[in-house]
Amino acid sequence: MITETTLIANLTLFMLAIFLGFELITKVPATLHTPLMSGANAISGISVVGALFAANVAYDGGQTDLSGLLAFVAIVLAMINVVGGFTVTNRMLNMIAGKKRRA
Amino acid sequence: MEQWIPIGYLLSAALFIFGLKKLGHPRTAPRGNQYGALGMLVAVLTTVVDMELAGDMEWTLIIAGLVLGSVIGVIMAVRVQMTGMPELVALFNGFGGAASALVALAEIWAYIDGTATPSTDTLTIAVIMVAAGLSALVGWMTLTGSILAMFKLKGGVSIFGTWYKTPTWGPTWLNPVKVALVLSVVALIYLSIDDPTNKQYLYGIIAISCILGIVLVLPIGGADMPVVVSLLNSLSGIAAAFTGFIVGNSVLIVAGSLVGASGLILTFIMCKAMNRTLPDVLFKSFGGSGEKAELTRTKVGSDADEVAMMVDGAQKVIIVPGYGMAVSQCQHQVKEFADLIAEKFGTEVKYAIHPVAGRMPGHMNVLLAEANVPYEQLIEMDEINPEFPDCDVAVIIGANDTTNPAARSGEGPLAGMPIIDADAARTVVIIKRSLSVGYAGVDNDLFYMDKTMMLFGDGKAMMTGLNNAIKEI
Repeated sequence: MITETTLIANLTLFMLAIFLGFELITKVPATLHTPLMSGANAISGISVVGALFAANVAYDGGQTDLSGLLAFVAIVLAMINVVGGFTVTNRMLNMIAGKKRRA
Repeated sequence: MEQWIPIGYLLSAALFIFGLKKLGHPRTAPRGNQYGALGMLVAVLTTVVDMELAGDMEWTLIIAGLVLGSVIGVIMAVRVQMTGMPELVALFNGFGGAASALVALAEIWAYIDGTATPSTDTLTIAVIMVAAGLSALVGWMTLTGSILAMFKLKGGVSIFGTWYKTPTWGPTWLNPVKVALVLSVVALIYLSIDDPTNKQYLYGIIAISCILGIVLVLPIGGADMPVVVSLLNSLSGIAAAFTGFIVGNSVLIVAGSLVGASGLILTFIMCKAMNRTLPDVLFKSFGGSGEKAELTRTKVGSDADEVAMMVDGAQKVIIVPGYGMAVSQCQHQVKEFADLIAEKFGTEVKYAIHPVAGRMPGHMNVLLAEANVPYEQLIEMDEINPEFPDCDVAVIIGANDTTNPAARSGEGPLAGMPIIDADAARTVVIIKRSLSVGYAGVDNDLFYMDKTMMLFGDGKAMMTGLNNAIKEI
């Protein structure tokens, strides 16, 4: 049940987060553009939380119908995005920042 | 215990904000990435605890999904070559978009299956259908667009040993078609509010969104791909935010919109550096043969021995890498060249990095870092430009538009784009396949200057030849 109050609260959150996102990265050296894109991309894998809720609702009562399967695939894809994204960003940053190089 | 759940999400959102902020500064970037990962861990754990508290958690499949995705993700991220990085980011991005779209689909399919009943409250069902529809539109579009972008970055696809080049195609009549497709999805979403279990509407939204992703990316050529991948990254964040409205979860909304907004800013930064606007990139397909300047001049090519002699005795050499270095993947040969002349002739070597050189911003840095080029030698455009008058030889490897003096003239497609002042160097060596124009379609005066030596050929082959010639001196 979504009331007007919760909808307005969510829309407010949405709008404020967008403004915050605009302000967060106004000056970024070109070197960091690719890692930043990759890191932000990993964060967009937050849809895993949505997938978890969807899976839980779908599996409720132990039956796994099509929507359960869809939610399962969503969990897997989102986790690939999250774990792969953070790992690859870390690899890139280690190279760019020059750490762990030429030990 | 339940009262701690929102605190968990709040902590996670704060970690994402600090993470993104820190990712923007070289010194703190690795820490920023760790903050982001920690935020994600907190979000997932909070969700799991939340569901467990509700007492209806279906552990086996959920844990299986989490573990399976993590393992695949780690394997892909660890195995990829640094040169394949942009493609992988594009692919991950597509997966993220698909996950959001699938969450929306799972929600709606439960209505169709009858395992869940659509709310009878008009506001609730309207919000869910609109959020699910938009999440599907953006999510499926991101998936197909990202996969196509990945193949564009690769340049093509190999099927049964035959190489197929990724096509670039976009007549101007395609633009109204894109608008019509978006409008028809919006119409279908509107219709679905009154009829949530209508399968036709659902299939229609999915199919049109998938087509949209393809027609959006298809007209855009290789050099503009960074902008597109960045835009798709922004879209996948927005898709996640929409799923937040469906499940009513604050961290999804916050994290999704943060990525959406910061991704858009990054997109604009890239467009600005290329002196293009976002609508230009998206709706003005370039590479049309009509717009390109005709080549009326010729230039005699030089050979490796000649260039080797030129470099011998040079006090200072600046290397200007571009798209061509990424394509031929000759960064190791470039590094070998730099080491050779530093050792043999005592030459000072620096690299001039144009903000949009390569296939992604910062792409040159990643490639050169892979070849173990010291970070201190990579100098950004604004800092290196005053050094060119003191530079004996500028070696340009596969860069064209980013060095074209026509950008200073204030006319033509390149007008106003900041460039590397390689033409100020005493001698310019350009390694390039031919005299052909770059994606902006403008002939490059630099090629025809008396002090310019052209080495015509593939970057890797020419660099190897040049290195051999230097060894023989």
